[in-house]
Amino acid sequence: MMSSRKSSPHTRRRQDTGEIMQLVLLATLPGMFVLTYHFGWGILINVAIASLCCVSAEATILALRNRPAQTYLRDYSALVTAVLLGLALPPLVPWWVVMVASIFSIVVAKQLYGGLGSNPFNPAMVGYVVVLISFPIEMTTWVTPVSLLPEGSYHPSLWQSIVIVFGQATPVDGITGATPLDLFKHDNGLLVSQIYQQNALFNQASFAGVGWEWANFAFLIGGVALMKKGIFTWHAPGAMLLSLALMSLLFWDEGSSESPGSPLLHLFSGATMLGAFFIITDPVSSATSQRGRLIYGALIGILIYVIRAWGHYPDAVAFAILLGNLSAPLLDRYTIPRAYGQVRAVKLEENK
Amino acid sequence: MSKLWTIPGGIYPADQKSQSQAQAIGSLPLPDKLLIPLYDHHTGELKLTVAVGDKVKKGQRLTGLNQVSAQHAPTSGWISAIEPRLIAHPSGMTALCIEITTDKKDQWIDQIGYPDYYNLSGAQIREVIAKAGVVGMGGAGYPTAKKLHQAAEAHVDTIIINATECEPYITADDMLIREHAEEIIQGIDIVRQAINVKTKVIIGIENNKPEAIAILKQQTKHTDIEVLSFPTKYPSGGEKQLIQIVSGNQVPRDKRPTDIGILCLNSATIFAIKRAVINGEPLISRVTTVTGGACTINRNYHTLIGTPVEFLLRHNGFDNEKCSGLIMGGPMMGINLSSATVPINKTSACILAPDHYEMPERQAEQACIRCGLCEDVCPASLLPQQLLWYAKAENHERLEAHNLFDCIECGACAYVCPSNIPLVHYYRNSKGSILNANREKVVSDQAKQRFEFRKARLLNAEQARKEKRQSRQLMMEATAAELTNDGQNTGTDAAAIIKAAQLRVLNKQASPQKKIAQLERTLLSAQKRVEEAQQRLNEAIASGSAEQQAQQRASLESARQKQVKTQQRLAEMKAQ
Repeated sequence: MMSSRKSSPHTRRRQDTGEIMQLVLLATLPGMFVLTYHFGWGILINVAIASLCCVSAEATILALRNRPAQTYLRDYSALVTAVLLGLALPPLVPWWVVMVASIFSIVVAKQLYGGLGSNPFNPAMVGYVVVLISFPIEMTTWVTPVSLLPEGSYHPSLWQSIVIVFGQATPVDGITGATPLDLFKHDNGLLVSQIYQQNALFNQASFAGVGWEWANFAFLIGGVALMKKGIFTWHAPGAMLLSLALMSLLFWDEGSSESPGSPLLHLFSGATMLGAFFIITDPVSSATSQRGRLIYGALIGILIYVIRAWGHYPDAVAFAILLGNLSAPLLDRYTIPRAYGQVRAVKLEENK
Repeated sequence: MSKLWTIPGGIYPADQKSQSQAQAIGSLPLPDKLLIPLYDHHTGELKLTVAVGDKVKKGQRLTGLNQVSAQHAPTSGWISAIEPRLIAHPSGMTALCIEITTDKKDQWIDQIGYPDYYNLSGAQIREVIAKAGVVGMGGAGYPTAKKLHQAAEAHVDTIIINATECEPYITADDMLIREHAEEIIQGIDIVRQAINVKTKVIIGIENNKPEAIAILKQQTKHTDIEVLSFPTKYPSGGEKQLIQIVSGNQVPRDKRPTDIGILCLNSATIFAIKRAVINGEPLISRVTTVTGGACTINRNYHTLIGTPVEFLLRHNGFDNEKCSGLIMGGPMMGINLSSATVPINKTSACILAPDHYEMPERQAEQACIRCGLCEDVCPASLLPQQLLWYAKAENHERLEAHNLFDCIECGACAYVCPSNIPLVHYYRNSKGSILNANREKVVSDQAKQRFEFRKARLLNAEQARKEKRQSRQLMMEATAAELTNDGQNTGTDAAAIIKAAQLRVLNKQASPQKKIAQLERTLLSAQKRVEEAQQRLNEAIASGSAEQQAQQRASLESARQKQVKTQQRLAEMKAQ
């Protein structure tokens, strides 16, 4: 009868970390589906390779650290990292790029810092940035959305995709192309209206680039569902999207050739929604208090815009988030909430 | 209808109250033995007025008069033992207990009640309450008379009756209100009489007790007492939380509710006050819920203080095999009982015997992923995840910066933690080690001060001696020089010797003043020492053991003697 339950409370809600992570995985499904629909099997192959690499890397390191691998693997955190990485990497990227990113995420960015809960940076973003900097050519080649493929050509089949990923074949010409943010980065001579008219990515799109807009929309849906479930609060994503929108509105010059793009483009293109709802909400590497998360989100939103508009990379979510992660401990230090009954410091004059 | 406020955070556990509400409050047969714990963390150990072998009657006081939370015999019988026994305490500690072997006659002493209490002064009513040993029955067990006294001193304008009972499973207050609402209303009137008749009264109750609310509303129809029900949320029943819900104000840190004009009393305490004042019945019985899947009967009982928990359990068809751990109190803040022999005390609102399905064994603690669920539910607006981090690192400075001591240990954070971290346990440990460290620091600071003082004193004395030596030498040299000059005239050494002797006499004649000055210095330091000893004695009385007190008393006495002696000698010197 006498148990180890020595200390109150004696009861707890039956929801564990594993279940939270499973919900997060579930919420990525709409986005994963839309990405696969528009960009082909490459996305799913990325996710599969990343999952395999992440989980086995996690198990290996846990074994080396003499931790019970089974208990820790059941928290599903390695799988979440894998799926986010798989979704962020370009489809049909060579398998070893995915592998390097996965192993770096788990081994260096997570386990070397002490495992789940101790990593200062989001592991998936660290892995992503490592391969983005190391293998720029592989990492900047995106597949053309299915509706823009030349007449008569299709995305490679599942088998063909696997063959391509493992380097036994090269993709057919025309199935890779620029992303909407690439266009804005590199088509500087044109007015925004001209870009929109000339490029199929935009003139066939509803608001922010064929494929991309719906993928972002799907991540938004998944994210809002998680928020409703109480997995995270609105503070960080809300602040990030708001600050990104405000920045792009502030510098929106009605479409000159210098323009970095409209608020809609920035909100619904690139990795914006994936970042806002699935990466910056990673509680381990984000700021802690609600006020802290507001500042943290806003900071990342501003950084995304700054790097997109004036930096070298067309998309900037990963860099902005890593910079945000860096500032989180400082934010935590200065955003401790006022506790019950705590009176603000009384000025000395009032004590006289 | 007054406005209601809300508290941050909070959780919504299944309330599990219906099991024990099916039947009215029952009464129990008399146990063979009762065990009255003499430990009270507000007053230390109580002083005994009975000895082993004494016969006692029901309601007879067992402890000294000057104590504010006296203990009484819950039934008639004889004192069969006075010895340390296991009591209900988180640390599983033992404390001095009086064992009463009951004679089953249940014979009362002469009860002196005051049905005409409105003729008594506030202070008189408070004295009756103090003598009856009434304490806060909601959990902390703070002596009620003391609280009422503070309220009267502070000119409290609002009394909040806490009928919230927000812990799951417990229905003791709920059932008490349903069956004794009239007496509770009388009790409220007595409390008003004891502090100030014009005080506003609000009864705060969660809306999951519709029967109790209806009865209270009916009973208060023709009075100015207001019944406020608010949405059920744990921990609305915490004193500070209830005050925030009802008044919108927060009790400032390090202050009492009376400091913001509010007196908060539990409904069971009010009932005890009524019984004490009108019926002359000291606090010897309380309503206790016995519930949980490991008991076949789930019900409330009028339980005598001192009833062993195992007696209650036996009465309710308790199955040891089914039970996953005995708890005194609720599942959120109750304490784990390591033995069923411990007695019911004045704050035992519930004995919970959950089965393995209701409260399974705690699973292994996982890493904190800083998900922030704990932060969302904290009623004190703390950052539990940060506190955990610093508690593990034993970083006392950061723990205090994160307001560790504002944690009320309600357990909401640990309840929602997906990683099964016993957060409250960590916080309790940290609070304990910070308090210890602070105590040690005070002691070592004092030692350091004493050492520095002694060093300075020795240095000064040495300096004074040196100066004296120098001046004496100078004088000798001067005399010698003079003598040599004289010697040139007389040419003898004898004159020099005489001159030196004369000088010594001169020196000695000067010395009474010096001696008086010295004695005055001695007297000053003796006075200082007496003051210090007095202070240490006070500290020992406030916190230390009897042994320490005796020690401090002895040192104070010797310091005083020294002071007196010095005074005498000084007087003699001055008289000469």
